[in-house]
Amino acid sequence: MTAAPEPALLSFVLLRLGERRFALPASQVAELVAPSRIFRFPHKSAAIEGVILRRGRMIAVCDIAEQLTGKKLGTRRFHLLAARKYGCQLDWIAIPVSGECELINTEMMQAGCNDSPHVNGWLSHGGEVIEVLRLSALTPGPAEAPLPEPLGNLAEART
Amino acid sequence: MNSPAAAKAYQPRTEQIILFRVSGQNFAISSASVQEVRSVDYIAGMARDLPKSHLSKVRHSIRRGDRTLYLVNAAIHFALQPHPASLVFFLRRTRTALLIDGIDKMTTMTRLQALSLTFQGEERNWYRGLTALDQAVVPVVDPEGFLSLEELTLLESAQLAADTAKFSPENMGDPLQ
Repeated sequence: MTAAPEPALLSFVLLRLGERRFALPASQVAELVAPSRIFRFPHKSAAIEGVILRRGRMIAVCDIAEQLTGKKLGTRRFHLLAARKYGCQLDWIAIPVSGECELINTEMMQAGCNDSPHVNGWLSHGGEVIEVLRLSALTPGPAEAPLPEPLGNLAEART
Repeated sequence: MNSPAAAKAYQPRTEQIILFRVSGQNFAISSASVQEVRSVDYIAGMARDLPKSHLSKVRHSIRRGDRTLYLVNAAIHFALQPHPASLVFFLRRTRTALLIDGIDKMTTMTRLQALSLTFQGEERNWYRGLTALDQAVVPVVDPEGFLSLEELTLLESAQLAADTAKFSPENMGDPLQ
Protein backbone atom coordinates (compact mmCIF):
# COMPACT_ATOMS: atom_id res chain seq x y z
CA MET A 1 0.00 0.00 0.00
CA THR A 2 1.37 3.45 -0.90
CA ALA A 3 0.54 6.54 1.13
CA ALA A 4 -0.82 9.61 -0.62
CA PRO A 5 1.89 12.33 -0.91
CA GLU A 6 1.81 14.89 1.90
CA PRO A 7 0.69 18.33 0.69
CA ALA A 8 3.60 20.76 0.64
CA LEU A 9 3.48 23.23 3.49
CA LEU A 10 4.79 26.69 2.69
CA SER A 11 5.56 29.62 5.00
CA PHE A 12 3.52 32.79 4.72
CA VAL A 13 3.44 36.09 6.55
CA LEU A 14 -0.06 37.29 7.36
CA LEU A 15 -0.41 41.05 7.32
CA ARG A 16 -3.29 43.23 8.40
CA LEU A 17 -4.59 46.10 6.29
CA GLY A 18 -7.50 47.69 8.14
CA GLU A 19 -10.09 45.03 8.84
CA ARG A 20 -8.69 42.46 6.43
CA ARG A 21 -5.78 40.08 6.43
CA PHE A 22 -3.64 39.18 3.45
CA ALA A 23 -0.62 36.96 3.00
CA LEU A 24 2.79 37.13 1.36
CA PRO A 25 5.17 34.21 0.89
CA ALA A 26 7.65 34.40 3.78
CA SER A 27 10.52 34.11 1.31
CA GLN A 28 9.56 37.57 0.01
CA VAL A 29 9.52 39.24 3.42
CA ALA A 30 12.66 40.70 4.97
CA GLU A 31 11.47 42.30 8.17
CA LEU A 32 8.80 44.22 10.00
CA VAL A 33 9.96 47.62 11.23
CA ALA A 34 8.44 50.48 13.17
CA PRO A 35 7.33 53.31 10.88
CA SER A 36 10.15 55.77 10.40
CA ARG A 37 10.36 59.13 8.70
CA ILE A 38 9.24 59.06 5.09
CA PHE A 39 11.44 61.25 2.92
CA ARG A 40 9.41 62.89 0.19
CA PHE A 41 10.77 64.48 -2.96
CA PRO A 42 9.18 65.47 -6.27
CA HIS A 43 8.19 62.57 -8.50
CA LYS A 44 5.32 61.48 -10.76
CA SER A 45 4.73 57.95 -9.48
CA ALA A 46 1.44 58.49 -7.70
CA ALA A 47 1.44 55.19 -5.83
CA ILE A 48 4.74 55.95 -4.11
CA GLU A 49 4.76 58.13 -1.00
CA GLY A 50 8.49 58.53 -0.68
CA VAL A 51 11.34 56.50 0.72
CA ILE A 52 12.50 55.34 4.13
CA LEU A 53 16.09 54.93 5.15
CA ARG A 54 16.85 51.48 6.49
CA ARG A 55 20.40 50.29 7.19
CA GLY A 56 21.76 52.74 4.66
CA ARG A 57 19.35 51.69 1.92
CA MET A 58 16.56 53.87 0.59
CA ILE A 59 13.36 51.87 0.26
CA ALA A 60 10.25 53.09 -1.56
CA VAL A 61 7.04 53.21 0.50
CA CYS A 62 3.89 52.06 -1.23
CA ASP A 63 0.49 51.92 0.50
CA ILE A 64 -1.40 49.06 -1.13
CA ALA A 65 -4.35 49.19 1.30
CA GLU A 66 -6.51 51.45 -0.83
CA GLN A 67 -6.31 49.11 -3.81
CA LEU A 68 -7.18 46.11 -1.66
CA THR A 69 -9.71 47.48 0.81
CA GLY A 70 -10.90 50.68 -0.82
CA LYS A 71 -9.58 52.76 2.08
CA LYS A 72 -6.24 54.29 2.93
CA LEU A 73 -4.74 52.99 6.15
CA GLY A 74 -5.81 55.02 9.15
CA THR A 75 -3.24 53.64 11.53
CA ARG A 76 0.19 52.53 10.47
CA ARG A 77 1.82 50.34 13.03
CA PHE A 78 4.63 48.88 10.98
CA HIS A 79 6.33 48.85 7.61
CA LEU A 80 6.65 45.40 6.14
CA LEU A 81 9.77 45.23 3.99
CA ALA A 82 9.13 42.88 1.11
CA ALA A 83 10.92 41.92 -2.07
CA ARG A 84 9.47 43.14 -5.33
CA LYS A 85 10.59 41.54 -8.59
CA TYR A 86 11.27 43.84 -11.54
CA GLY A 87 12.02 41.53 -14.42
CA CYS A 88 15.41 40.13 -13.52
CA GLN A 89 15.96 42.52 -10.64
CA LEU A 90 14.82 42.39 -7.05
CA ASP A 91 14.35 45.40 -4.83
CA TRP A 92 12.79 46.05 -1.45
CA ILE A 93 9.55 47.88 -0.98
CA ALA A 94 8.04 49.09 2.30
CA ILE A 95 4.35 48.33 2.77
CA PRO A 96 2.55 50.12 5.61
CA VAL A 97 0.46 47.66 7.66
CA SER A 98 -2.01 48.33 10.46
CA GLY A 99 -1.27 45.48 12.84
CA GLU A 100 1.00 42.68 13.94
CA CYS A 101 2.08 40.15 11.34
CA GLU A 102 2.03 36.42 11.86
CA LEU A 103 4.15 33.64 10.36
CA ILE A 104 2.23 30.50 9.44
CA ASN A 105 2.91 27.26 7.60
CA THR A 106 0.12 26.08 5.40
CA GLU A 107 -0.80 24.90 1.92
CA MET A 108 -1.56 27.39 -0.81
CA MET A 109 -4.24 26.88 -3.40
CA GLN A 110 -3.12 28.37 -6.72
CA ALA A 111 -5.13 31.29 -8.07
CA GLY A 112 -7.55 30.55 -10.87
CA CYS A 113 -8.02 32.35 -14.15
CA ASN A 114 -11.00 34.24 -12.73
CA ASP A 115 -9.03 35.69 -9.83
CA SER A 116 -7.76 39.26 -9.85
CA PRO A 117 -4.19 39.78 -11.11
CA HIS A 118 -3.04 40.69 -7.60
CA VAL A 119 -4.06 37.25 -6.26
CA ASN A 120 -1.22 34.77 -6.37
CA GLY A 121 -3.18 32.12 -4.48
CA TRP A 122 -5.42 31.39 -1.54
CA LEU A 123 -4.92 29.95 1.88
CA SER A 124 -7.22 28.92 4.63
CA HIS A 125 -6.28 29.89 8.17
CA GLY A 126 -8.28 30.28 11.38
CA GLY A 127 -11.57 30.03 9.57
CA GLU A 128 -10.63 32.73 7.10
CA VAL A 129 -9.84 32.45 3.41
CA ILE A 130 -6.90 34.73 2.77
CA GLU A 131 -5.52 36.11 -0.48
CA VAL A 132 -1.82 35.57 -1.14
CA LEU A 133 -0.70 38.77 -2.79
CA ARG A 134 1.29 39.28 -5.96
CA LEU A 135 3.16 42.52 -5.29
CA SER A 136 4.03 43.08 -8.92
CA ALA A 137 0.32 43.59 -9.63
CA LEU A 138 -0.12 46.04 -6.77
CA THR A 139 2.93 48.24 -7.06
CA PRO A 140 4.25 50.13 -10.07
CA GLY A 141 7.16 48.82 -12.09
CA PRO A 142 8.19 47.90 -15.60
CA ALA A 143 6.46 45.00 -17.34
CA GLU A 144 7.23 41.70 -15.70
CA ALA A 145 9.51 39.18 -17.37
CA PRO A 146 10.11 35.69 -16.04
CA LEU A 147 12.76 35.66 -13.35
CA PRO A 148 15.81 33.45 -14.02
CA GLU A 149 15.71 30.33 -11.90
CA PRO A 150 18.56 31.20 -9.51
CA LEU A 151 16.79 34.42 -8.52
CA GLY A 152 13.40 32.77 -8.28
CA ASN A 153 14.02 31.80 -4.73
CA LEU A 154 14.69 34.96 -2.81
CA ALA A 155 16.14 33.03 0.10
CA GLU A 156 18.95 31.93 -2.20
CA ALA A 157 19.37 35.41 -3.61
CA ARG A 158 19.73 36.86 -0.14
CA THR A 159 22.48 34.50 1.00
CA MET B 1 49.62 46.17 8.16
CA ASN B 2 48.04 47.35 4.92
CA SER B 3 50.31 49.11 2.50
CA PRO B 4 49.34 52.71 1.59
CA ALA B 5 48.56 51.51 -1.92
CA ALA B 6 46.15 48.87 -0.56
CA ALA B 7 44.51 51.41 1.77
CA LYS B 8 44.05 53.76 -1.16
CA ALA B 9 42.45 50.98 -3.20
CA TYR B 10 39.71 50.55 -0.58
CA GLN B 11 38.80 54.23 -0.31
CA PRO B 12 35.17 54.70 -1.28
CA ARG B 13 34.58 56.64 -4.47
CA THR B 14 33.38 60.08 -3.58
CA GLU B 15 31.79 62.91 -5.51
CA GLN B 16 31.60 66.57 -4.65
CA ILE B 17 28.05 67.82 -4.67
CA ILE B 18 26.20 71.08 -4.16
CA LEU B 19 23.08 70.94 -2.00
CA PHE B 20 20.54 73.45 -3.19
CA ARG B 21 16.96 74.45 -2.42
CA VAL B 22 13.93 74.85 -4.62
CA SER B 23 10.63 75.77 -2.95
CA GLY B 24 11.77 74.35 0.37
CA GLN B 25 12.87 71.03 -1.13
CA ASN B 26 16.51 69.96 -1.03
CA PHE B 27 18.31 68.59 -4.06
CA ALA B 28 21.91 67.74 -4.86
CA ILE B 29 23.89 68.20 -8.04
CA SER B 30 27.42 67.15 -8.88
CA SER B 31 29.61 70.21 -8.54
CA ALA B 32 31.46 69.07 -11.66
CA SER B 33 28.34 69.69 -13.70
CA VAL B 34 27.93 73.30 -12.52
CA GLN B 35 30.06 75.60 -14.61
CA GLU B 36 29.09 78.83 -12.93
CA VAL B 37 26.77 80.16 -10.23
CA ARG B 38 25.36 83.65 -10.60
CA SER B 39 22.81 85.85 -8.93
CA VAL B 40 19.59 86.44 -10.91
CA ASP B 41 20.50 90.15 -10.88
CA TYR B 42 23.51 89.31 -13.04
CA ILE B 43 21.33 87.92 -15.82
CA ALA B 44 18.48 90.42 -15.48
CA GLY B 45 19.70 92.63 -18.31
CA MET B 46 20.81 89.77 -20.54
CA ALA B 47 17.76 87.50 -20.50
CA ARG B 48 15.60 87.53 -23.62
CA ASP B 49 11.89 86.86 -23.54
CA LEU B 50 10.52 83.76 -25.23
CA PRO B 51 6.86 84.75 -25.61
CA LYS B 52 6.08 81.79 -27.87
CA SER B 53 7.58 79.18 -25.57
CA HIS B 54 5.15 76.33 -24.99
CA LEU B 55 7.06 75.28 -21.91
CA SER B 56 5.88 77.01 -18.77
CA LYS B 57 9.20 76.26 -17.08
CA VAL B 58 11.16 78.22 -19.70
CA ARG B 59 10.23 81.86 -20.33
CA HIS B 60 13.63 83.33 -21.11
CA SER B 61 16.86 82.54 -22.87
CA ILE B 62 20.30 83.97 -22.53
CA ARG B 63 23.10 84.29 -25.05
CA ARG B 64 26.55 83.21 -23.86
CA GLY B 65 29.29 83.21 -26.44
CA ASP B 66 27.93 81.47 -29.50
CA ARG B 67 25.35 79.45 -27.56
CA THR B 68 21.80 80.11 -26.50
CA LEU B 69 20.99 78.79 -23.04
CA TYR B 70 17.46 78.39 -21.70
CA LEU B 71 16.53 79.56 -18.23
CA VAL B 72 14.66 76.68 -16.60
CA ASN B 73 12.58 77.43 -13.53
CA ALA B 74 13.42 74.45 -11.31
CA ALA B 75 10.27 74.85 -9.19
CA ILE B 76 7.99 74.52 -12.22
CA HIS B 77 10.10 71.68 -13.62
CA PHE B 78 9.59 69.69 -10.40
CA ALA B 79 5.93 70.78 -10.08
CA LEU B 80 6.65 72.66 -6.85
CA GLN B 81 5.17 75.95 -5.70
CA PRO B 82 7.20 78.59 -7.56
CA HIS B 83 9.18 81.06 -5.45
CA PRO B 84 11.22 83.99 -6.74
CA ALA B 85 14.57 82.46 -7.66
CA SER B 86 17.75 84.08 -6.43
CA LEU B 87 20.51 82.08 -8.12
CA VAL B 88 21.27 80.59 -11.51
CA PHE B 89 23.33 77.47 -12.14
CA PHE B 90 24.90 77.40 -15.58
CA LEU B 91 25.13 73.68 -16.22
CA ARG B 92 28.16 72.33 -18.02
CA ARG B 93 27.65 70.52 -21.35
CA THR B 94 23.94 71.37 -21.43
CA ARG B 95 21.83 74.27 -22.67
CA THR B 96 20.25 74.71 -19.27
CA ALA B 97 20.62 77.65 -16.92
CA LEU B 98 18.75 76.57 -13.80
CA LEU B 99 16.87 79.03 -11.62
CA ILE B 100 17.00 77.96 -7.96
CA ASP B 101 16.19 79.47 -4.57
CA GLY B 102 19.56 79.07 -2.89
CA ILE B 103 22.55 76.93 -2.02
CA ASP B 104 22.79 75.18 1.34
CA LYS B 105 26.31 73.85 1.18
CA MET B 106 28.91 71.89 -0.71
CA THR B 107 29.63 68.42 0.53
CA THR B 108 30.75 64.97 -0.54
CA MET B 109 28.63 61.94 -1.24
CA THR B 110 30.05 58.46 -0.98
CA ARG B 111 27.09 56.52 -2.28
CA LEU B 112 24.52 57.07 -4.99
CA GLN B 113 21.64 54.62 -4.97
CA ALA B 114 19.78 54.16 -8.24
CA LEU B 115 16.12 55.05 -8.12
CA SER B 116 14.01 51.98 -7.34
CA LEU B 117 12.18 50.62 -10.37
CA THR B 118 8.99 51.32 -8.45
CA PHE B 119 9.46 54.88 -9.64
CA GLN B 120 8.17 54.87 -13.17
CA GLY B 121 7.42 58.52 -13.94
CA GLU B 122 9.41 61.45 -15.29
CA GLU B 123 11.57 61.29 -12.18
CA ARG B 124 13.59 58.57 -13.90
CA ASN B 125 14.90 61.33 -16.21
CA TRP B 126 15.13 63.94 -13.48
CA TYR B 127 17.41 62.09 -11.08
CA ARG B 128 20.64 60.14 -11.26
CA GLY B 129 19.60 58.54 -7.98
CA LEU B 130 19.30 59.17 -4.27
CA THR B 131 21.90 59.76 -1.64
CA ALA B 132 21.75 59.79 2.14
CA LEU B 133 23.31 62.76 3.91
CA ASP B 134 23.08 63.34 7.66
CA GLN B 135 20.30 60.76 7.98
CA ALA B 136 18.23 62.46 5.28
CA VAL B 137 17.53 61.38 1.72
CA VAL B 138 18.40 63.81 -1.06
CA PRO B 139 17.65 63.29 -4.75
CA VAL B 140 20.67 63.87 -6.99
CA VAL B 141 19.55 65.64 -10.14
CA ASP B 142 20.70 64.73 -13.64
CA PRO B 143 21.88 67.93 -15.33
CA GLU B 144 20.68 66.58 -18.67
CA GLY B 145 17.23 65.85 -17.29
CA PHE B 146 15.91 69.42 -17.30
CA LEU B 147 15.38 69.71 -21.04
CA SER B 148 14.62 66.79 -23.30
CA LEU B 149 15.50 66.80 -27.00
CA GLU B 150 11.84 67.46 -27.85
CA GLU B 151 11.75 70.40 -25.46
CA LEU B 152 14.96 71.82 -26.92
CA THR B 153 13.47 71.60 -30.40
CA LEU B 154 10.37 73.50 -29.23
CA LEU B 155 12.53 76.12 -27.56
CA GLU B 156 14.66 76.60 -30.64
CA SER B 157 11.50 77.25 -32.66
CA ALA B 158 10.31 79.73 -30.04
CA GLN B 159 13.73 81.42 -30.07
CA LEU B 160 13.64 81.68 -33.85
CA ALA B 161 10.16 83.22 -33.70
CA ALA B 162 11.33 85.71 -31.07
CA ASP B 163 14.41 86.66 -33.12
CA THR B 164 12.36 87.01 -36.31
CA ALA B 165 9.87 89.28 -34.54
CA LYS B 166 12.67 91.36 -33.08
CA PHE B 167 14.34 91.93 -36.44
CA SER B 168 11.15 92.38 -38.47
CA PRO B 169 10.80 95.72 -40.37
CA GLU B 170 8.17 96.99 -37.88
CA ASN B 171 10.71 96.70 -35.09
CA MET B 172 13.71 97.97 -37.03
CA GLY B 173 12.67 101.59 -37.41
CA ASP B 174 12.94 103.51 -40.70
CA PRO B 175 15.07 101.94 -43.38
CA LEU B 176 18.29 103.73 -44.27
CA GLN B 177 18.01 106.02 -47.26
